[in-house]
Amino acid sequence: MSTPTQERTTGPRMDHELDHLRGVVPSPVRPAPPHLSLMVLGGAVLATLLLHLALGRSLVLSVVIGYLLYVVGVNVAYRLTAGARVATDHTMRALIYGAFVLAIIPLISLLWTVVENGGATALNPDFLQQTMNGVTGVHDKAYVEDGAPMVGGAYHAIIGTLIITGIAALISIPVGLFTAIYLVEYGGLNRLSRAIRFLVDVMTGIPSIVAGLFAFALFGVLFGVGTKNGVAGAVALSVLMIPTVVRNSEEMLRIVPNELREAALALGVPKWRTIAKVVLPTAASGLASGITLAIARVIGETAPLLVAVGFTRVLNVNPADGPMNNLALYAYYMFTRPLNPGYRDPSIERAWAAAVLLVICVIALNLLARLIAKFFAPKTGS
Amino acid sequence: MSETITRAPRRSGPARRVGDVVFSGTSRASALLILVILAGVAIFLTVEALPVFTSGSADITGGEGFFSYVWPLVAGTVIASIIAMVVATPIAVGIALFVSHYASRRIGQTIGFVVDLLAAVPSVVFGMWGMQVFAPKLVPFFGWLEDNLGFLPFFADGSATGRTLLTAALVLAVMILPIITSVSREVFVQTPRLHEEAALALGATKWEMIRTAVIPFGTPGVIGGTMLGLGRALGETMAVAIILSPGPFTWNLIGTGNKTIPSEIALNFPEAAGLRLSELIAAGLVLFALTLAVNLIARWIVDRRSEFSGAN
Repeated sequence: MSTPTQERTTGPRMDHELDHLRGVVPSPVRPAPPHLSLMVLGGAVLATLLLHLALGRSLVLSVVIGYLLYVVGVNVAYRLTAGARVATDHTMRALIYGAFVLAIIPLISLLWTVVENGGATALNPDFLQQTMNGVTGVHDKAYVEDGAPMVGGAYHAIIGTLIITGIAALISIPVGLFTAIYLVEYGGLNRLSRAIRFLVDVMTGIPSIVAGLFAFALFGVLFGVGTKNGVAGAVALSVLMIPTVVRNSEEMLRIVPNELREAALALGVPKWRTIAKVVLPTAASGLASGITLAIARVIGETAPLLVAVGFTRVLNVNPADGPMNNLALYAYYMFTRPLNPGYRDPSIERAWAAAVLLVICVIALNLLARLIAKFFAPKTGS
Repeated sequence: MSETITRAPRRSGPARRVGDVVFSGTSRASALLILVILAGVAIFLTVEALPVFTSGSADITGGEGFFSYVWPLVAGTVIASIIAMVVATPIAVGIALFVSHYASRRIGQTIGFVVDLLAAVPSVVFGMWGMQVFAPKLVPFFGWLEDNLGFLPFFADGSATGRTLLTAALVLAVMILPIITSVSREVFVQTPRLHEEAALALGATKWEMIRTAVIPFGTPGVIGGTMLGLGRALGETMAVAIILSPGPFTWNLIGTGNKTIPSEIALNFPEAAGLRLSELIAAGLVLFALTLAVNLIARWIVDRRSEFSGAN
């Protein structure tokens, strides 16, 4: 008998608490006049223009004030006409749209800055075909003062990027792919695969500079302290790339229908041939797109290469011998340590040009991944 | 007859086993390699950092031992990352809600692509943008903070270049937006359809539906995503190295000063040698431990959510 009474006393109290917790107050909603939010928006835009043009405030400040006016205006207008609940709804909508616009602004500003500052130099064939070998501050001074042609380019950095990223991909793709195969096809839910999954998560969180320090320490122990070369950089990038490859590939292998595996095994096909001839081809487009994204992630890495590869101004195509250059590193050094501190502009121009090349690479790889996933997806006819 | 029957499976038997053994052995070895690499990261960093702990405290930069060398770095790193997290999280949740519940499917996908692009822009480019474009834009804002909130120690003395810890933190916020957004979006999309429709059927407005059905369901995921973002901000190097003009620790966020562990390593590593090298590697080890702890907490929270959502 005591249980029902307890329920009775606790039941309504809990409901009451929920109302307060979740902020839903059952109050009536009245219809608002049509286009009310548009009218408020018009008023806010007008106020913004007034602030900027008539009162001479800066554009940024005017837009911020105009947006705040809109948020407050929408709240007040709907509160007066439709009630508090609708007012909250419209205010939150305004805030959520605002958050979206706020996040787009830096991206547009960034892309605009990159293209504006480096676009022209990046398309200059000389920049793409020359190294910095022998280029000094004297050349930069001549470029600024006498209008001499700009000398020095990023050829060595482009080659270095391709070599280092290529070796990193050669290490990471097989290791990552086979790990994913182990996790999906062999390990299942056993202790080792659970541990590996956990460790891959941990590895995803390794800061890029720590990966660089690891490669530097490893090569220091193996080949003598202070060994810096392209292979060390590739090892550092692999530490960052392997977990991405594993995660993406695991996801793709997992969505291959089990019926396909069972059909192949039932025909007496050995397990490894089932994986190689049935599972992998089915998942191929997803795997390729995941690997492309993994390459895009590491191609712009600077910190690990700064630590593990070092820096040079000449072309070095031997990854096992001495420092190399790389586009991201090239941009960093040109930007922070101009050749001629008195005439910084040419160096900064080169840095932005390298940034343009990097951003183009990243966008192209991202688009490529999307296209691969879209056009080479397995046909799901049956 | 009987000989050929018994021989046939024998011949194909070993052949099949060799292929399988090689293949499963390779995949198992790759999986174990991951274990070895992680152990290697910890071991090699510790080995190279050891001289710092065995040598006299007077030899360490600053002359007062490793701890007093590293704590300002840790403080700078943590402060910048926490500011970045606090600024980025509400905006990221807003974008995630916009994509999952406000925008149409098509627009949502496009925005997803744009957010992915933001994630893929190299950090050195963010750093160059932050120093050349963003920092000068913030100088008047810092002046305003100094004039109006100058009584707080954080806003004591505005910098003329804008190359301060607050600038770096705001750029970090932009950089960790994508990861928080994508994790949050993923959990918001998974909200049980029935919960949403029940809320709407009871007469809830869209925001009330989000508040009562989507957010309670997604909160652990958002917290997990936020922690992942924090982990990324802690380890971010180049943007901070370019933007921040380094100096000793200060509570003043809008003036010159402060360092973070990654930027300290990046700025000093190329010229370092001997004990200085060990110091920087030891600082890297501290950073590794810090990010490891943050990521483990994040994973724990996210995993707890997946158990919870399985019950729904």
